[in-house]
Amino acid sequence: MKNYVFRPLYVIIGLVIAVLIFREFYVPKDFGTHGESYMYGWHRKGNEEEWKAFKVKYRFDNEYCKDCHSDKYESLMQAPHAIIKCENCHGPALDHPSDPPKLVVDKGRGLCLRCHSSLPYPQSDRINIRGIDPDKHNPDMECSMCHNPHKPSLEGLK
Amino acid sequence: MITRRDLIKVSIAGAAVPLASAKIISAADTLFPERFEKQNIRWVFIVDTKKCVGCGMCVKACKDENEVPYDANITRTWVERYVLTKDGQVFADSPKGARDGFTGKKIDRGEKGFHDIKDEEIQKAFFVPKLCNQCESPPCVQVCPVGATYKTEDGVVLVDRKWCIGCGYCIMACPYGVRFFHPVHRVAEKCNFCYHRITKGMKTACVEACPFDARMIGNIKDPDDPVTKIIQNERIAVLKEEYGTNPQVYYLGMSKEVR
Amino acid sequence: MIPIEVHGEAWTLKELFTYPNEYIYWTIQIVMYPFMTGLVAGAFVLSSLYHVFGIKQLKDMARFALVFSFALLPVAPLPLLFHLQQAQRNINVFMTPHFTSAIAAFGLVFATYGALVAYEIWFVYREHLVKTALSLRDKADKTMSENVRYFVNNFLTFGAYDISEEAIARDEKSVKLLASIGIPIACFLHGYAGFIFGSVKANALWMTPLMPVIFIMSAIVSGVALCMLTYIIVMELRKLLADRKKPSRFHVTPDDLKSAEINEIKLTSRYLLLFMIFAISLELLDLIFRGYTAVKSWDILRSVIYGKDFANIFILQYLIGNLLPFAMFLLPGLTIRRTVIGTLLVLFGVFMMRWNVVIGGQSFSLTFAGYMHYVLPVIPHNMETYKEGVFGALTVMATPYVLFWLLNKIFPVFIGETSH
Repeated sequence: MKNYVFRPLYVIIGLVIAVLIFREFYVPKDFGTHGESYMYGWHRKGNEEEWKAFKVKYRFDNEYCKDCHSDKYESLMQAPHAIIKCENCHGPALDHPSDPPKLVVDKGRGLCLRCHSSLPYPQSDRINIRGIDPDKHNPDMECSMCHNPHKPSLEGLK
Repeated sequence: MITRRDLIKVSIAGAAVPLASAKIISAADTLFPERFEKQNIRWVFIVDTKKCVGCGMCVKACKDENEVPYDANITRTWVERYVLTKDGQVFADSPKGARDGFTGKKIDRGEKGFHDIKDEEIQKAFFVPKLCNQCESPPCVQVCPVGATYKTEDGVVLVDRKWCIGCGYCIMACPYGVRFFHPVHRVAEKCNFCYHRITKGMKTACVEACPFDARMIGNIKDPDDPVTKIIQNERIAVLKEEYGTNPQVYYLGMSKEVR
Repeated sequence: MIPIEVHGEAWTLKELFTYPNEYIYWTIQIVMYPFMTGLVAGAFVLSSLYHVFGIKQLKDMARFALVFSFALLPVAPLPLLFHLQQAQRNINVFMTPHFTSAIAAFGLVFATYGALVAYEIWFVYREHLVKTALSLRDKADKTMSENVRYFVNNFLTFGAYDISEEAIARDEKSVKLLASIGIPIACFLHGYAGFIFGSVKANALWMTPLMPVIFIMSAIVSGVALCMLTYIIVMELRKLLADRKKPSRFHVTPDDLKSAEINEIKLTSRYLLLFMIFAISLELLDLIFRGYTAVKSWDILRSVIYGKDFANIFILQYLIGNLLPFAMFLLPGLTIRRTVIGTLLVLFGVFMMRWNVVIGGQSFSLTFAGYMHYVLPVIPHNMETYKEGVFGALTVMATPYVLFWLLNKIFPVFIGETSH
């Protein structure tokens, strides 16, 4: 009877073993230290592939748009706006034209004001962009009523 | 500052490690042969604050590309505006993370309302884009209790959405405030240099969306990469160096007022 | 379109320049977490004073504190479960612990500590378990509840029915051993809770190596105070019972209880004062050191400590929560009523200390140029504002009493002379 003092310890050890067995089934097999160290590399390896398989939405390839929309493309390439990617204004192409068949264009003033609301910031290139005061410059009108975004120079006013 | 000599050291070390470890192949290692693929990539980022005009196209593209709810007040990347007045005051804001750019002159001061600065009072003003620094010693990874966030071998810190318990310790540990809880997935979320794009040979959405080339991404282990050349030859800075995180987003045109 | 709720936005007011993703992410439940763990650790240390250092006068209090510590134990992780965004994955902490994280240690330290306290309780109550089991075994036509009690008691003895004097002496020795191992583990359990905060280098208010020590000291203070308070409440209830049905099964008169009570309380309050002195000195040292060294973050910290949080820190925590009860315990002629008020104030003071660390640490922005204000959700309008609001905290606070009531059925705290 002397050894009864260890009986709860056996119960505890039994519980620990049960947890360890459960752990074998619960933890994915590819979980471990991958990479240079345990501190920064302790993870489930499969997750890297999951992130790689994340869907790409933006193509950011104006050449992709060129084939079907050559007129717009040619016009844009002549203009200062050539530095802006088609998808910046037209939204992510995804698998257009199959899916989605039509891209929604953001025609609000807000899109143009991102650059053309005048801000006198000397240490930023913003000061070199031709800008307007949005509260004074035809506040109720959409910019595209007068300006052609694909040929935006003042000479190209509609 | 990384010098050419450091880079050579890095590439030598990079070549030597797989050779050395190949001698001690264990059963676990043969399960993961990719461990032996020579890692010749370390993604780094350059932000040229002088080129940034605060249009916020990068933020918009990032939210679309990475399925970060567009109207939720959290974002993987953002742009800050700093305005220094002639009397020495510093004002800064980043309304909605500059998702809609900076279209007005008023500074957003949260609960304190908006502050109007007259044009003639402005001494210095500029924009600073921010994103995850993909630190070489990421404190957010160090504190994750379950191994749900980690640094890949090409240097990007990722979050395992299926394993994260949502304790928020990583959010607390990041000195740059880049982490937040994803409102839909309810796990820690952060910029991952568009890992799905860069691993396919594309550039990140924010780099592509910037019309002014204020953002660049590259591989610092490739000596011919334009990004590597800039880091080698230009005067560069990183954010909050004092935390010892060894950030890998380098800034051109940095200023002491930047937080 | 339904606006998507950002975690933290509901209770955070942002002021001046803050980063877009900054919110109060750690809220009332993370205040509750170190508060509850502190109570566990403190209660255990109090019980060990008797078992290890043989302070005989604390006999009653010691057994009480041990069972109460065990009742508090499951409640320590409860605030974390309320706080986790993916609470159903909490088991991951045990499954894939990442030991460079202070939180990962929680799984192991907590389990070890729980096992140790259970082990100690087993030795303390083994004799009682055996006696109950034996008396029930011999009883014919047991009722349903007696059957259950017999089964539970019989099972918990693990078949160790030896209650000879020799065996009892061995039990006592084992209790002493376990209690002495328990003290460092209890301190470690709570010290690491302090480490969770103290090691966050991104947080200017939290980052100090003193944090774990401050947490341990205030933990013991709160644990002792709560034990005193609960002890008084239980004793008062017993007095009422003893008054009503004489002779009661305790075979004691209200007067016996009264003198026993005040003696235990007087002695315990001395330990309370001792640990309060340690706790306050360390906290003041931390404050003075920060002000004197005045590193980059001091400007914003000063504006928080002496400005925005002045009332919380200096009036609620130090004045009402520390100085006032300190004076109350120090004045001669300690009465039960004064003790009740004093312990309540001490508990409030420790709670405010946790609050000022957890919420205070997030009340300024990482930019050092802006502030965040925490608006504690009172009336919940969804699960989130319940869990991280007043009612969530009250749930956590009430749970140990329910558990204590249940545990008391098996391990009666006041069994007179039958136990050690």
